[in-house]
Amino acid sequence: MERETAFKKEMFVRDETNRQEAEKISRPSVSYWSDAWGRLKENRLAMTGLLIIVLLLIMAIIGPHLNEYSYYEQDFAKKNLPPNAEHWFGTDAAGRDLFTRAWHGARISLFIGFMAALIDFVIGVLYGGISALRGGRTDHVMMRIAEILYAIPYMLMVILIMIAMKRGIWPIIVAMTITGWIPMARLVRGQVLQLKESEFVQAALAMGAKMGWILRKHMIPNTFGPILVNITLTVPTAIFAEATLSFLGLGVPAPQASWGTLASDALGSILVGNFYQLFVPAILISLTMFAFNVFGDGLRDALDPRLRK
Amino acid sequence: MDLSSEPSSSEKKQTLGVISMWKYTFKRFLWAIATLWVIITVTFIIMKAIPGDPFAKDGGLPETVQKNLHRHYNLDKPEIVQYGLYLKSILQFDFGPSMKHRSITVNDYIKKGFPISLHLGLQALIFAISFGLILGVVAALYRNKWPDYASMVIAIIGVSVPSFVLATFLINYVAVQWNLLPVATWQSWSHTILPTISLAMMPLAYIARLMRSSMLEVMNQDYILTAKAKGLKQSTIIIKHAIRNAILPVVTVLGILTTNLVTGSFIVEYIFGIPGMGEMFVTSIFNRDYSVILGSTVFYSAILIFLIFIVDVAYTWIDPRIKITEEGS
Repeated sequence: MERETAFKKEMFVRDETNRQEAEKISRPSVSYWSDAWGRLKENRLAMTGLLIIVLLLIMAIIGPHLNEYSYYEQDFAKKNLPPNAEHWFGTDAAGRDLFTRAWHGARISLFIGFMAALIDFVIGVLYGGISALRGGRTDHVMMRIAEILYAIPYMLMVILIMIAMKRGIWPIIVAMTITGWIPMARLVRGQVLQLKESEFVQAALAMGAKMGWILRKHMIPNTFGPILVNITLTVPTAIFAEATLSFLGLGVPAPQASWGTLASDALGSILVGNFYQLFVPAILISLTMFAFNVFGDGLRDALDPRLRK
Repeated sequence: MDLSSEPSSSEKKQTLGVISMWKYTFKRFLWAIATLWVIITVTFIIMKAIPGDPFAKDGGLPETVQKNLHRHYNLDKPEIVQYGLYLKSILQFDFGPSMKHRSITVNDYIKKGFPISLHLGLQALIFAISFGLILGVVAALYRNKWPDYASMVIAIIGVSVPSFVLATFLINYVAVQWNLLPVATWQSWSHTILPTISLAMMPLAYIARLMRSSMLEVMNQDYILTAKAKGLKQSTIIIKHAIRNAILPVVTVLGILTTNLVTGSFIVEYIFGIPGMGEMFVTSIFNRDYSVILGSTVFYSAILIFLIFIVDVAYTWIDPRIKITEEGS
């Protein structure tokens, strides 16, 4: 007996849509970095920080050349002048132009900050990377050493080393980086260990990818975000530490100036009422700390894929 | 002064029970001792690396007197023996005499200055913790409203302004111009207010920021929703469920913050003329009184390393979610 079906042929229409079309990606593919940049741009506080950093860098480059005074030239006829048309930020106790000295100080403070961050970065990536990639006993020993050094109070170590060395820019950088690289090394090690176990690296290994390829294509792009954040937050820490060293009389030697030495020199003038001398370096240090901290925080949020909308 | 790194203990999560907790504690203790040993050794090397004879500057001393002095301070023995003696004396909490004022020992300095510094430090720590927690909680509860912005501004100022700048501004305005509080020195309680604020501002800001983000995270958890669904009072939810959980990350940074307070105390005590250990340390740096510098470094390090050890271990015992793996990073 023929069964009567509920569905008849007339009920169906052939779907003529082009399948090819549906598979097409209509929006441009958004890479990790452009996505992060998009999110960073939304963050007004972080962008303010970035703007301040850029302005400070520009002023560090051109600032010392904007008037005819040099940072070391002394004029005892014009000491402790408040800000005026000739000396825009006034002069210090030795009659030196504070505008030029402030931007010369910017060069030195920023140089110390960036250099310390860069050296921490290089040592940290090498140490942490080797430790994680070698694994096993090497990792164990390397991390124990790092841990023992990490527990040393940072500033005490910096002060201790500065006491044994001559005063100068490079000794300061060396003193700061001698234990400063450890957080970076620990960060890199953690990241690499995590990536080593991740499915996509396992897949790449299974498909016969070489170590160099995995490093270049997987490890470096994926660890770069947290590393960048760490670098951004190391710069203000170093500038702050330099200011503390200057206060202790262990900063860059005269006639060089950093923001720290400018501020600690100014402390001596306050008692005689020259408060303006502290004002400029204090504001510059605070602005820099503010800018790097909010920019670093913004960067951390922007690079965090979990916050992706 | 690295505030951005997480403490090591939160990295491992596997359960291995109480025995491994004890094992972890013991291991951590050994590492703390090792760190202390590194510092003691570094101070010894620095002492030896500093050029010049500590008695040379006395000039005109007859050779026999110099020799006797050398013998008295064991400077005539081989360096390895000196190192052994140095270790031994430090284990007995004997940091030797000051180089500038030989009748005063480093121990005398510590005995005199430490109680004052401890007072100031504890006061600043309590101030920073209580106000930091309040600011953080309020900011989180009024997210993106004015209390949040206000506490963010305080947090940003605390992180951005170096303590010597803050201290100088406070002295200039509050003490000198408005005449509200004493300018300096360490006499009555009102003398302690400005130094405490200068010292506490940075940790306060840091705690506030940490507490805010921690609170925000906790308030999004399911158990808060459950508590709300049960019909608990808002105040009970916040105090019993939210704050109790949100406070844990703050415990982990206490060690770092204390380190920060010590570094800050050098500057604050010096500016306010407080006769504590910090002021003595700064003065000894200015005077290049090496034995005082190195002795107090060892003393500071011992306290801080011990504190960080306590905090790290306490954290693993307090938070039941954290269990230690065999590795113990």
